[in-house]
Amino acid sequence: MDLKFLDFEQPIAELEAKIEELRKVEIDNEINISDTLQELEKKCEMLTESIFQNLTDWQISQLSRHPGRPYTLDYIDLIFTDFHELHGDRAFADDPAIVCGLARLEGQPVMVIGHQKGRDTKEKIYRNFGMPRPEGYRKALRMMKMAERFKLPLICLIDTPGAYPGIGAEERGQSEAIARNLFEMARLKTPIICVVIGEGGSGGALAIGVGDRLIMLEYSTYAVISPEGCASILWKSADKAQLAAEAMAITSDRIREQGFLDEVVREPLGGGHRDFQKTAMNLRETLLRHLDELKQQAEDMEQLLETRYQRIMRLGSYIDESVK
Amino acid sequence: MSWFEKLVPSIIRTDGNERKASVPEGLWNKCPSCDAILYNAELEKNFNVCPKCEFHMRISARVRLEMFLDEGEKEEIAAGLKASDPLKFKDSKKYKDRLAQAQKKTKENDALIVMKGTLKGKGIVAAAFDFGFMGGSMGAVVGEKFVRGVNESLRTGFPFIVFTASGGARMQESLHSLFQMSKTSAALARLSEAGIPYISFMTDPTMGGVSASLAMLGDINVAEPNALIGFAGPRVIEQTVREKLPEGFQRSEFLLEHGAIDMIVDRREMRDTIASILAMLTAAQVTSPVEETQTTTVTESEAVTEETIASSEGENQDV
Repeated sequence: MDLKFLDFEQPIAELEAKIEELRKVEIDNEINISDTLQELEKKCEMLTESIFQNLTDWQISQLSRHPGRPYTLDYIDLIFTDFHELHGDRAFADDPAIVCGLARLEGQPVMVIGHQKGRDTKEKIYRNFGMPRPEGYRKALRMMKMAERFKLPLICLIDTPGAYPGIGAEERGQSEAIARNLFEMARLKTPIICVVIGEGGSGGALAIGVGDRLIMLEYSTYAVISPEGCASILWKSADKAQLAAEAMAITSDRIREQGFLDEVVREPLGGGHRDFQKTAMNLRETLLRHLDELKQQAEDMEQLLETRYQRIMRLGSYIDESVK
Repeated sequence: MSWFEKLVPSIIRTDGNERKASVPEGLWNKCPSCDAILYNAELEKNFNVCPKCEFHMRISARVRLEMFLDEGEKEEIAAGLKASDPLKFKDSKKYKDRLAQAQKKTKENDALIVMKGTLKGKGIVAAAFDFGFMGGSMGAVVGEKFVRGVNESLRTGFPFIVFTASGGARMQESLHSLFQMSKTSAALARLSEAGIPYISFMTDPTMGGVSASLAMLGDINVAEPNALIGFAGPRVIEQTVREKLPEGFQRSEFLLEHGAIDMIVDRREMRDTIASILAMLTAAQVTSPVEETQTTTVTESEAVTEETIASSEGENQDV
């Protein structure tokens, strides 16, 4: 069993391995079995399609944190040019769980901020599994202010299990750091596009997630708490995470149904991890389109901020009995 | 009950439970901190602070506002808002049933109460979380009520104060509740721009999404003594870092030491202290330019309310 694949991806992985074997046989023995191979490849595609057509919310939740999924730095590499990473909050430290920097998107200078997870064990620890500490959020805030000052649009890529629950993080004011970003982003005088590229983990995600656009990748998720966390509190058992994932409506399609999203970026068959290039190009096209719209709107900055404010005020549904 | 006690005739049997029930309910209270037996009437006179050990007991939102505001005319803001259960959420129990249960228990519609009144004769808008209502959790109703309170402050120019007591965002509404963090913070940014003071008065406990939004954004952040205040819960942190948490971790005194709050205020002095602070913060407010900005904010805040009302009337209440 290949650990790079999720449970439900195993049949695809097995079939692909078989095709690979046959291809070697074909080359080594100089025989022609290309018809068989083609047939198998088609079968593999159909198998992937049938599996991905009926994904449960829980499976999508697993995909959103797939170890092979493209991360912020992958997108920066594939979508942007001239990236200069900028470090540090100027007060305490540099937090590797959030990367920030100047970059160009089809020539246009922008500020990019994103959560960053690690690929191997060493990098995972270095990036703290994508869980920022207060200094990470304060670094992000510093970059936001810089973006405002130099009239650079802000692009935020969200991919975190949540803000880090540690002793030092509490001592240095994790709550305040998150709150301050929410407060400042609501009135930041530059266009802001937020994209959930993987895991949208609660307040830790929202702290770089307030803006003029909210976009999600097809197999990303966004929720107030992780399915495991929710299950252990409400079902008293983390094993019920599948139920929690469904109950909280965490997938891009279900979040769009609730009217929170501007767009869902489709991913290639089998998920973003199977084709970085294609996923990045889909996202790039979306970013450019929204950036164009927002740049026009930003000519009247007061109006852009007012629209953003009204957008934020509409979030959340309730019943008003005094209106009837 | 042991076999011997069963042999004893029932007349002389002293059963623990029966003895408890024979004491009239609501007359006496036990301090959860020092176990002192306290006379209820006495305790209430002392603002529900234990006279023996100064322990600040949790109190309901309505009791809090009654304690804080002047006696006399008060106006409750947005009392008619109710949760819509946008996700039709169900765990071992339906969210609808949990709501009904909480409403029955607290006699409140949701976990936040907002009132316009006076403090020592000066106008003020005050909001208070009710921890008894699903742990004071913040859902769409709490967020909207908070914003309506802020809008009332913008309209009148009265200072805004909130008393927090909350476990965080309400899981049963998922993103509908998470986004209340940005919603309340955005409204507070407007209040700040209008030059109206905002005081966050944190009480036990103030955690998670409430702590990481409206609670930490006060011009002045105040806490009651020994209140648990933080982002992540102590149990979660302990499981993550796998070490024992230091004594007094995430308590008001700890936050004061680490620079997160301005001051700790005893409940019995909250009226005097807040009134004194607000008098100074608003001393320069009665100049003409402020009046000008106030008139513009009136139209703005009214527009906000109309918008939100319109959107809340949608057929499935989804915004």
